[in-house]
Amino acid sequence: MTSVIDAAPVKPAFRLTRAFQGLERVVVPALLIAGWEAFARSGMLPPALLPAPSAVLHALGDWVFGLDETTQTYSGHWLRDALASALRVFGGFALASLFGILAGVAIGWSRLFEKTLEPTLQMLRPIPPVSWIPLAIIWFGIADKPAIFLVFLGAFFPVLMNSIHGVKTVDHNLVRAGAMMGASQRQMLTDIVLPAALPSIFAGLRIAVGSAWMLTVTAEMVAVKSGLGYVLWDSYYFLRYDIVLAAMISIGLLGYLSDLGLKAIMARTLRWQQTTTVQGRAG
Amino acid sequence: MAAIELRNIVKVFSDKRRGRDLLTLDNINLDIEANDFVCLLGPSGCGKSTLLNIIAGFEQATSGRTLVGGKQVERPGSDRGVVFQQPTLMPWLTAIDNIAFHLKLKGVGKAERHHRAMEFIDLVGLSGFEHHHPSEMSGGMNQRVGIARALLMNPSVILMDEPFAALDAQTKLEMQEELVAIWQKRRCTIVFVTHSVDEALVLGNKIVVMTKRPGRIREAVNFDLPRPRDITSPEFNDAKRHILALIREESTRLAQAS
Repeated sequence: MTSVIDAAPVKPAFRLTRAFQGLERVVVPALLIAGWEAFARSGMLPPALLPAPSAVLHALGDWVFGLDETTQTYSGHWLRDALASALRVFGGFALASLFGILAGVAIGWSRLFEKTLEPTLQMLRPIPPVSWIPLAIIWFGIADKPAIFLVFLGAFFPVLMNSIHGVKTVDHNLVRAGAMMGASQRQMLTDIVLPAALPSIFAGLRIAVGSAWMLTVTAEMVAVKSGLGYVLWDSYYFLRYDIVLAAMISIGLLGYLSDLGLKAIMARTLRWQQTTTVQGRAG
Repeated sequence: MAAIELRNIVKVFSDKRRGRDLLTLDNINLDIEANDFVCLLGPSGCGKSTLLNIIAGFEQATSGRTLVGGKQVERPGSDRGVVFQQPTLMPWLTAIDNIAFHLKLKGVGKAERHHRAMEFIDLVGLSGFEHHHPSEMSGGMNQRVGIARALLMNPSVILMDEPFAALDAQTKLEMQEELVAIWQKRRCTIVFVTHSVDEALVLGNKIVVMTKRPGRIREAVNFDLPRPRDITSPEFNDAKRHILALIREESTRLAQAS
């Protein structure tokens, strides 16, 4: 009998938490959007200056699916625009990852590379990638190349810095253990230093993919005539703030998805790390 | 010919902060015979780990000669297995891959590597844990992997730098017994660094007592008490009394000197 009394009040509370668990991710965005919609409809600002979420969604829907041509020439062309941006991001990011990891491991491991290469790179690092735009246009013209160049500049340094840091902080006893087991210099790098530095390298890659999206969009506003950034800037000239916002949302979404993909690769590669870190804890 | 010959080993570290040199090892001469279980016993800071690192090839002596199997030691190599104070395993590899890492470096195929590593998994009592990562095992289990990893290389000598120092008392006792059993079964030469008199007496058949700063050999005590050793027997206590007397004499000398 006591057990019935004990158990009774627990059940509804339990259900409530269960119901909330699926929703916890959407509570904040839902409230924000509801507030925005209410504010936009209140008439405090002209609708042209602050489009309501419903209007933005309408524009986005037409841009993606070509519903009623409210986005005019962009109607139904979202995939083409997103793909153009994504390819630039991917191209610049891939180049930056390759060279960033190579240079970072070389600088972190070898005094010679540290002395010869690092001062130059560290001097280039504080120059904002955006300030290269004039030169990028002169050198590469108006097309994919200047955008990829800018993405490369923005993504390279986070990868470089984190790779250097990752290699420099490898436990020197692991290197000793490798030497004890007869590792050659090359094996020391590929079989010990590189895997040990991977957590740090991945941290760099995740920062880099974010920079890559930012710089693609910047480049497209100035130096390219396609992609999400171009649509954003072009719509601004035509005072279509609903499309501007739809483009911003698209960029945010794609950036988020790229990070999610990278995180999935990282989780697979660094599975060994999960039981010791905060990331691996349950819940 | 001895398995390990140390001739006039001197090691000087330059202490940059104080701007002077620190004599760490002062003219060490020692012969270690094949199949000996030698314990280097001394307080922390006496240079015993430095001496082990010199034999391992991790550090170079300032002067003197180090010969292992008659060959001058110049760099680390798989003829000398090292078991570190911390397990120092590759955290991204499973137990079996850590044990077989030497074979991987030599280009041996995966099936063959795992086949050969299984023997050592069994030897150190880790059956069932071969596919666990170091982070999923206890400190004692990881140290077992470290020992198995050194044994797999079939080295002429095994160098151990306080490998049980971080373990709890009970696990330490277990590991000591197992190490002696492995040593008896496989007949290898072991140099074991420790600061514990009891540990040295449980394990070694030769105990090299070192003095503190500069590190010198105070006395090399032969200790052939049959195994398993009874740590409460009169012979054990006699040896312990003798070694403690050496250490006490040493601290009195240091106290007077300062």
